[in-house]
Amino acid sequence: MENNLLLQINNISVVYSDVIQILKAVSLDVKKGKIVSLLGSNGAGKTTTLKSISGLLKPENGKVTEGTINYEGHNIQNSAPEIVTRLGIIQVMEGRQPFKYLTVEENLRVGTATRWGKPYKKDLELVYHYFAPLVARKHSLAGYCSGGELQMLVMGRALMAQPRLLLLDEPSLGLAPLLVKEIFEIIKRVNQEQATTLMLVEQNANMALQIADFGYVMENGKIVLEGDAKDLIENPDVKEFYLGVAATGAIKTYKDVKSYKRRKRWL
Amino acid sequence: MRKLQFHPCGNFNETYERELTIFETDFGRLSMLIGLFLLFAVIPFITNEYILYIINIIGIYAIAAIGLNLLIGYTGQISLGHGAFFGVGAYAAAILATKASCPFLIAVPAAGLITALVGMIFGLPSARLKHLYLCIATLAGQFIIEYVLVQWESLTEGAEGISIPTATIFGIDLGNDRVFFYVIFICFAVMTWMAVNLIRTRYGRAFIAIRDNDQAAEGMGIPIFPYKLLSFAISSFYAGFAGALFAYYMISITPEPFNLWLSIEYIAMIIIGGLGSIPGSVFGTIFIVTLSEILSHITEYLMNISPSMSGAITIAPLREFVFGLAIILFIIFEPKGLAEVWRIVRSSFRLWPFSY
Amino acid sequence: MEFFFQILINGLSLGFLYALAALGFVMIFKSSSVLNFAHGELMAIGAFLFLVLSTWANLPIWLAFLITLAGSFSLGFIIERFFLRPLIGEALIEVIMLTVGLAIMFKGLMLFVFGGDIHSYPEFLPQALTLHWGAVEVPGVNVATFIVGLIFLGLFGFFFKYSSQGIYMRSVADNQPAAMALGVHVRRVFAISWAIAALVCAMSGIVIGIINGINVHEVSAIGLKVFPVVILGGLDSIGGAIIGGLIIGLLETFTGGYISTGLREVVPYIVLIMILMVKPYGLFGLVEIERV
Repeated sequence: MENNLLLQINNISVVYSDVIQILKAVSLDVKKGKIVSLLGSNGAGKTTTLKSISGLLKPENGKVTEGTINYEGHNIQNSAPEIVTRLGIIQVMEGRQPFKYLTVEENLRVGTATRWGKPYKKDLELVYHYFAPLVARKHSLAGYCSGGELQMLVMGRALMAQPRLLLLDEPSLGLAPLLVKEIFEIIKRVNQEQATTLMLVEQNANMALQIADFGYVMENGKIVLEGDAKDLIENPDVKEFYLGVAATGAIKTYKDVKSYKRRKRWL
Repeated sequence: MRKLQFHPCGNFNETYERELTIFETDFGRLSMLIGLFLLFAVIPFITNEYILYIINIIGIYAIAAIGLNLLIGYTGQISLGHGAFFGVGAYAAAILATKASCPFLIAVPAAGLITALVGMIFGLPSARLKHLYLCIATLAGQFIIEYVLVQWESLTEGAEGISIPTATIFGIDLGNDRVFFYVIFICFAVMTWMAVNLIRTRYGRAFIAIRDNDQAAEGMGIPIFPYKLLSFAISSFYAGFAGALFAYYMISITPEPFNLWLSIEYIAMIIIGGLGSIPGSVFGTIFIVTLSEILSHITEYLMNISPSMSGAITIAPLREFVFGLAIILFIIFEPKGLAEVWRIVRSSFRLWPFSY
Repeated sequence: MEFFFQILINGLSLGFLYALAALGFVMIFKSSSVLNFAHGELMAIGAFLFLVLSTWANLPIWLAFLITLAGSFSLGFIIERFFLRPLIGEALIEVIMLTVGLAIMFKGLMLFVFGGDIHSYPEFLPQALTLHWGAVEVPGVNVATFIVGLIFLGLFGFFFKYSSQGIYMRSVADNQPAAMALGVHVRRVFAISWAIAALVCAMSGIVIGIINGINVHEVSAIGLKVFPVVILGGLDSIGGAIIGGLIIGLLETFTGGYISTGLREVVPYIVLIMILMVKPYGLFGLVEIERV
């Protein structure tokens, strides 16, 4: 059991600018070769969790103040991003951040930064294999690509680094439903064919839970619910709040919702 | 008599007026009065000629530094041309005094206004330029003004410079350093008072809004370009005013001192003093002027030790070296400047012996 | 007409010199957005280092040249590490003032060691480089500058366009957090760009030294001339720096030749202000997209 754990977050708290506490005692496990999805509303602390893993808290003046993040025997809390990425953890940031003035192929080549000087041709081919639409845009500036192409681009860029753990922050943001479906299929394929472990932060809970093996639900900087993806998808609370299906079918009043929320917070 | 107010333990301001007061306690007001008394009634009589000269120079430079802090520290528009504006003021006063034989009382404010006008002209690029680009545009302004001061010989006498007749106010001769001390520091007190109060007006708040985020300021309905121009104008008014005093104090002026180096010294003053702090500008001026005086004394001293002429030449640049080093160390270790040091010292005194 | 051509040639070679000097500047700005006021001083340091090695230590020219390049490379590295790094994330004016402080410090140090006189290198360029074209003469130094400059421009173009390190450097300039997330060592990129910039500075310093002799004041004045050059071309464009350099060089020599020598020194700045009023980001600069 122990040795197929890739990442173990142990009771971490994250504080920004020494005053604003975002995460309160969050623990979660990621098993090798699985897809774990992290759900929750805006401001629940999902992105912060990802950033605390990838070391990107520091530029935003954030810090892991308590607890440990264990990745294959390394304690990586508060490590610099250049160290974490070299261990094989790559984060794809929210909102598609391409290098606007670089061409698509140059963007992909930035992904090789963790292993500078090694050949990258094979990886390029692999990325083009998964994200076929990118081939045609190879030499155009990333700034002129469409949203869907950009999402493929940033994911492909991360794949170039040959990650062992890929952190995806809202890959479906602002994309058409059909495209979302395509992207998620690719994610699933990457997971199966490349044996890449994935951690997925999503608002689109339905999609995320369909491809995930395990899921966590966050609220107010805490994990309030966890379980196998197929159990979560059936869970009445999740259904109601994230999948938009009322458990009983009856019209819920605002009062009921509030009392539920209050109850949930005590978890 | 009403009770003296002490410092509260936190921010308990209940009205907007309270937030805006300059002196939080009556002790603050009292210490300012004591300070003014010391300045005007004691200092001129206990110092020798040389020290008094230094103090006068500090007073003149401080006025210009306050002006620059209004522009850089409060409005966020970096200007590398302040030294040139200072020169414009000096020349305006000199030309008014010699060619138009203006009396002192008119020439100095008029020089300030002329400089304000020139400052607005060189502030025009701020309509479209920002940050680095504006900074370079003002650098260009510096060089252009320097060029004009040297080349427009019919007006400025070129590199030879202008000699100014001694100023008189109401028949009092201002040729004496001690008398001029009063002129400088009355102006200084008035200009400081104006600057402190300017920050509390809608104009001051608009400046700060532009500094913090000009697009958001525009969104809130602040017409940013007129305000930027106004800021340039006010800042150059201060520079020109100080420059005019400088011209009268120095009696004769040449274009030479108003070079890029002077502009850099001014920026160094306000950075070392503290950006966005009026007292900081004064501290910074005191620091820079004193430092360069001390350094030139040291190099002079070293020059006297080493008798050979070649040794003397090679030691002089050490002054620049130390000066540069001081700027660097300040920026790295105390980026908020002397104003912050002052605040810390003061509050640790106030809170002693309980430091929290 | 000969006069015209001579001025044209002089202008072009001066412009090329400016372009070369501006290269290092653009490099630093592109990767770390720092406006380097110590540029002229870095050039002078390189020039003096070469002087010391080639005349005082009597090393062969090529060895002196290589050691100078290596030395400046390390100097750039050190400057970044000890002076600029503590300031990452500080306000623009503080970074600018820091480089100003560096400039003053270096200048003082050089004046202390070398004095304010003009020093010159031994003659080492082959005579054959001098071109004669009718009565118009192109001095060998200028030809050499042109060749060396072209080689360096080519190398840099290639480096930024195709090499991995060059692409990483551009990615940092483009979107720093994203580059960080992909494992680009951002601080190393800053350090490398300073190192390369110092190296280029040394190169242009040596060239200036060959043409005019080295004098601390003159070289640092050329460092300030870099500002109109790069602003004209756009702070972040290497091609722009070259064109900006040529424009400024031609402007200067033509004003000097036909109007007055006094005006020559300010004309770049006058043109600079006029151009900035029309195109606020220079002729080739990327327009910054700003949002609240």
